[in-house]
Amino acid sequence: MNAVSNEAASKGAAIDIDGISKFYGSFTALEKVSLRVEPGEFMSFLGPSGSGKTTTLNLIAGFTDLSGGDIRLDARSIGHVPAHKRNIGVVFQHYALFPHMSVAQNVAYPLKQRRVGKAERTRAVEEALRKVQLDSFAHRYPSELSGGQQQRVALARAMVFNPSLLLMDEPLGALDKKLREVLQLEIKRIHRELGSTFVYVTHDQEEALVLSDRIAVFNKGRIEQVGTGQALYTAPQTLFVGQFIGESSVLRGPHRSAGGETVLTVAGTTLAAPGAARGEGAQVILLRPEAVMVQAPGTGPQEGRSNILSGVVREMLYLGSAMKYEVTLADGSHVTARTPTQGAPFALGATVELAWRPQESVLLADDGSTAGH
Amino acid sequence: MTRFRPGRLLLQLSCLLIAIWLVAPTLVVIPMSFADRKSLAFPPQGFSTQWYANFFANPQWFGSLVVSLKIAAMVAVVATIIGTMAAIGIERLKTRAGGIIRVLLLTPMIVPGVVLAVGIYAVYLDTRLVGTWTGYVLAHTLLAIPFVVIAVGANLAVFDARLETAAASLGASRLTTFFTVTLPLILPGILSGALFAFVTSFDEVIVSLFITSPQLKTLPVQIFSSMTRDADPTVAAVGSLIFLATTLIIGLGLIFGLRRRGA
Repeated sequence: MNAVSNEAASKGAAIDIDGISKFYGSFTALEKVSLRVEPGEFMSFLGPSGSGKTTTLNLIAGFTDLSGGDIRLDARSIGHVPAHKRNIGVVFQHYALFPHMSVAQNVAYPLKQRRVGKAERTRAVEEALRKVQLDSFAHRYPSELSGGQQQRVALARAMVFNPSLLLMDEPLGALDKKLREVLQLEIKRIHRELGSTFVYVTHDQEEALVLSDRIAVFNKGRIEQVGTGQALYTAPQTLFVGQFIGESSVLRGPHRSAGGETVLTVAGTTLAAPGAARGEGAQVILLRPEAVMVQAPGTGPQEGRSNILSGVVREMLYLGSAMKYEVTLADGSHVTARTPTQGAPFALGATVELAWRPQESVLLADDGSTAGH
Repeated sequence: MTRFRPGRLLLQLSCLLIAIWLVAPTLVVIPMSFADRKSLAFPPQGFSTQWYANFFANPQWFGSLVVSLKIAAMVAVVATIIGTMAAIGIERLKTRAGGIIRVLLLTPMIVPGVVLAVGIYAVYLDTRLVGTWTGYVLAHTLLAIPFVVIAVGANLAVFDARLETAAASLGASRLTTFFTVTLPLILPGILSGALFAFVTSFDEVIVSLFITSPQLKTLPVQIFSSMTRDADPTVAAVGSLIFLATTLIIGLGLIFGLRRRGA
């Protein structure tokens, strides 16, 4: 599942989250969440704000008290161990560097708490700063550094004491896109070098896909699904997950089962989707843009694309290697399609056919989720 | 080329007058302290430094200065510790109780001094605290705590409490976190609170007049009783010395503060 070496993996801690809950008065921030994070794994907690991902991270770090359940680190219960005795590294979105200490003093802080000798401390601080490529900044103060540099210092400080688990709470949230991409690569490299278990909280699905071995998708205080980025993208178990990860279109309509398939009637057209209906309620078809072919009216099924819908081009974007179309169906709903650029593109307002293979659509229970993160 | 603007000139003139009006009474004591004769007449006659000599030689005067300095130092320490702890507690409470406690702690600032003095005197009579070191320190601490609570509270309001969470994640206990992170960062507020506490005690006169005794007198009480008894220009000498000392302290504070901000 992950590509860390055996030696490195032995350094990372396993986390067992066992039915944890967190209530604030009558508000439920987290309800009976269970999850296992493997040693040395890079696990992301992904979800919209208020979904419980940061609450879970704070409970692992010990910044807030559990309302129920337990957390075990390498089979040892830490649910009621105070934060400063958990030996877990934490990187915060707001850096949280001590402004009255130099970079070197900041990084040395956790070592001082562990009564590491001066010589060993100096060596470890130097090594940690070298890992984040800031060895020449040891005597600067946080206020003299850029946001990206400050976050590198925070990272050095969180890993200098070799914690078996590193928690990151949207560490790149305050940085601009370009810097974010550079630091994503660095975090990935550091994860490989350290071999510690990483838990990374983000609301940015792209970031989660780039970094993680597995992703836990949070929504409304629960985990919707845990899996690799690919599994979440190709086989979402809920409509929320399907819409949160990547681009998608959702088709709604009455359904009936037909053999091993389920058939939905959308805008007067019947569409097949693999598998039996999920649950008793309404069903939807989730479509990825790259699965949908845009073709001239009357083209009919080609290469097994037997699901065909007719619509009008409402928007078209030239993306270089591909064209992106927004097509409005007869019932007013929209479908996004991304097709390789070939031949003359369809004009705005043109009537087109949308075609896809039944097995490339995902049948899901309609949980009322709407697109947009 | 500056054009003659009557409005601007009027503004400058009125500012100058107000400045003189504010400072003049303080400056008047300086020439008076060098008077030749035992009178507080202004302008003074002649020149001598005998009143300064008297201040340092007369145990009534110099002794009261030492008493005042000792009490003020003790008050600064006690009020700063209690006030800082209170300010931190109030900041942490974040509920209505915090606001109520804050108002309660600030009441000594709002209640008229005389009312407070009568109350303190009545309690001290029963508890035999009149004219004692403990009595002075307790009463002045009561008056000084609000200043510490305000100064430290203002500093805590801009202190990033998330740094304490970060310190915990790095292995620091709450106590270690306080001494290595919180305290260094709110130190400016604590120091200015301590200075306010010291000054509050040092120039406190109303309560001190009530709880004074012939054996233990603070400098303001000594000044007041000297003024009511006879026109002794030593008062002016004391005033000039205190004026000089405060000017020096504030001046040095400004220079130090500016240099630190520049760094």
